Formats: sequence, structure tokens, C-alpha cells
Amino acid sequence: MTAASLFVDVFRFIPNHSGLLLDKAGETAELAFTALGIAIALALPLGLWLGHRHRGLFLALGVSSLGRALPSIALIGLFIAILGIGFWGDAAALVVLGIPPILTNAYFAVGGADRDAVEAARGLGLTETQILTRVELPLGLPLLLAGLRIAAVFVIATATIAGIAGGGGLGAIIANQASYGLDGVLAAAVCVSALALLTAAALALAQAAASRRMAPTA
Amino acid sequence: MRGLLLGGGPVVIPSFGHGSACERHNGWLCTDWLGNHWGDTLQPALVQHVELTLVAVGIGFAIAFLLALAGFRFRIADGPLGGLTDFLYTIPSIAFFELLIPLTGLTVTTIEIPLVAYTLFVLYRNLVAGLRGVPADALEAARGMGLTRVQTFLRVELPLATPAILAGIRIATVSTISIATVAAYLISYGLGQPIFDALNQPGIFKTELVAGGGLAILLALTADALLALLQRALTPWSGGR
Repeated sequence: MTAASLFVDVFRFIPNHSGLLLDKAGETAELAFTALGIAIALALPLGLWLGHRHRGLFLALGVSSLGRALPSIALIGLFIAILGIGFWGDAAALVVLGIPPILTNAYFAVGGADRDAVEAARGLGLTETQILTRVELPLGLPLLLAGLRIAAVFVIATATIAGIAGGGGLGAIIANQASYGLDGVLAAAVCVSALALLTAAALALAQAAASRRMAPTA
Repeated sequence: MRGLLLGGGPVVIPSFGHGSACERHNGWLCTDWLGNHWGDTLQPALVQHVELTLVAVGIGFAIAFLLALAGFRFRIADGPLGGLTDFLYTIPSIAFFELLIPLTGLTVTTIEIPLVAYTLFVLYRNLVAGLRGVPADALEAARGMGLTRVQTFLRVELPLATPAILAGIRIATVSTISIATVAAYLISYGLGQPIFDALNQPGIFKTELVAGGGLAILLALTADALLALLQRALTPWSGGR
């Protein structure tokens, strides 16, 4: 079979099995977005707080380089070995992988805010919470959203890898060429890519909107 | 023949019935297994992994350098080029590897193409940011000394952009080492191989999982530290960060 005819088969497989692919994409999205939600709930407040207090630079940098060094497949294997195969074992591994970009970018988004602007706000009598939400957060929003985007892309990619390691979702199709054929495997790969690209595009739009709002208007 | 169903590489433990007590009880880190299989499993995988990474970052840097020259020289090209590297970076690794199989087959090339593509995102961004970040005073001085455009680039802009460029190479190298482990799902190559072998054993063979994953982390941290030293040596004024 030539590569060209295979790609034709793939783009036939997608409409012919749209129900299956949507189901499986839904499973992957559910796993990825659950993990992403937990990672945000854990990493965002910590990153914002540390960044606001200008503390824990070492932690913010260390977490980000360690996060990059962690091989996702080994981490998933580790959690499967400890917790067994299942939704929460996979989700736990994804949370660990999703935290570093969110934490580090939140830290630098808030911590990198113009010191003069922060001092001016303090001089005007704003409370620390007001400084965070009205000065530092709006200034750093593009960087913070960039961190979210990197984390989302990474978590979706890894949710698929969790699928090939025994979980469900599109990864289960990719891992099962015997049942779905090479065209099915490639169709699932196309769907995973679409899921990641759409999520990234949505966050990139939010990021662009935040940057525009922050662009000097005067 | 690939993947979790069939496994790849040498069979590492004949069965849980043989081997040491630690292996039979599927311990987390059986030193006797590590000693017996360093030569036939771990060391070759480590060497392959280093090769994969060097080739990916090397080719990635060459491509990113050319793209960055274009994006730096012609500002209009910067948006689309940045967008292209961003797009490539967003494609999930396992899907990227699979989609290349019809074109390049089950070869090391199929692994290297996505790895190279992923490095472009960080390398391009850091190259352009580094070149743009050169202070106007330095460029003014270069012009005052009568340097040509090419001389200015080679003697002023490139050296001053070196800290940002090396920071990009560090991130790209560490990420490549990590992502390359996924490739062993398709082709038994590199440190992903012991990891996937471990996952294929009934109940997951923990020692091999920890050994493969641990070596990948150690390799990444070692590469990061070596590049940090290089950064400090080449740009003593930057403080190495």
C-alpha cells in the first residue's frame, strides 16, 4: 500500500467511524482536562503567591527543569505500578507533569511585574490582594496563559501515552492496530493532534486578547 | 512488530520463577539485575539515547539557526516562522511518530524527525529573542567602528546573543532526552526500550522501569549541568543562568 492511498484510507476512516473516534476523544479529553484542572488548582495559587512575595525562585526554576527532565512514559508506568491501571493512576501522573509549566509561568508572570507599578499601587494604598489581582495579574496574564497552554498541550499528549499503556481514549486505538488497522491508528493520531491543536489555539487566542488589553494604549 | 503487545529488545527476565529473590518479588531496585543487564540492556540503550539526542539537537539547531536568520533579518517572516514551530510543537509525540510511519517506516529517521521538529520551538524563539535583545548602544558602537553588516553580526550580535541561545539549547536538550523515551513504543531504541519492556512484563517489572526512567532523568540532568558549565565558560559575564 502506498503512503498516499493509506492517507486516503485514514480520511475515509474518520467519517466512517466518527462515533467511535468522538467517544475515544471524549475519554482522552476527560482524563486530560481533569488532570489539568487539578494541576491548575494546585500550581496556580502557589505560583501566584510565591511570585507575589518574590520567594522561592529556586523552587520555581527547579520545578521547571525537573518537569522537563521527567520522562512521561516512565512516570505513567510508576503510577500504574503503585496505583494499578485506571483513571486516577493516569490522572495522578498527568497532574505531576502539568504542574511545572503552570507553577513556573505563574511565578514569573506575577514576580516579573514592573516593580515601579507595584510600588505605585502600594503607595496608593492598595492591599496586597488588590495589588496581585489589579496590577500584577493583569500585567502577567499573557505569560500565565502561555504556561497554561504548554501544560495543556503536554497533558493531552501524555493522556494519549497513558492510553497506549493500558488506559482508554484515543491511545487505546493507537495501541491496538490488530483491531483498528493502520488506518484506524493513524485516524486516532490525527484526532489527538486536532484535540491538542484546538486546545492550544483556544488558549493562544486568550493569550493574544490578554496581550492586546495590556498593550499600552496611551 | 512493535508496541506494548509484542514488546521489543531482549527478554530481560525469563520469568518471575527464575532470577534472584529480589527479581522474583519484583522489587523496586534489584541491584543484581542491574549488574547482570547493564551490559546487554541498559548501556546500549543509554548510548543510543545520547546519539538520538545529539543528532536531534544538532540538526534542530542548524535548522533553527537558518529560520532565525530569516526571522531576524525580515521581521515579516518572524510571525509565520514562530507560528510554524509552535504548530509542530503542539502535535502530540505519539501521533507525530505514528503519522510518519507511512512515509519513513519503522526507522530511526521516524524518531528523529519529530525530535528535531520539537527542538525548533525553543531554539527559534531563543535565537530570535537573543539577537533582538542586543543593546542599541553596542550596534551603534559597531557602526561607529566601521564594521560591515556581516562583521556586526558575527562579532557583536552573535556573541551577545550567546546566553539566550545556550539557554535555548539547554531546554531543547533536556526536553529531547525526555520525549525520546516515547519513541521506543514504535522502534526499540534508546532508554524508552527498557521502560516499555518493563511495562510489558506481567505486573510491570519495577526494577527495569526505575532503571530506564532513572537513567533518562540522570542523563537529562547531566546534560543540563554540562551545558550550564559551557554557558558559564563561554559567557562569564552572564552568571550562567
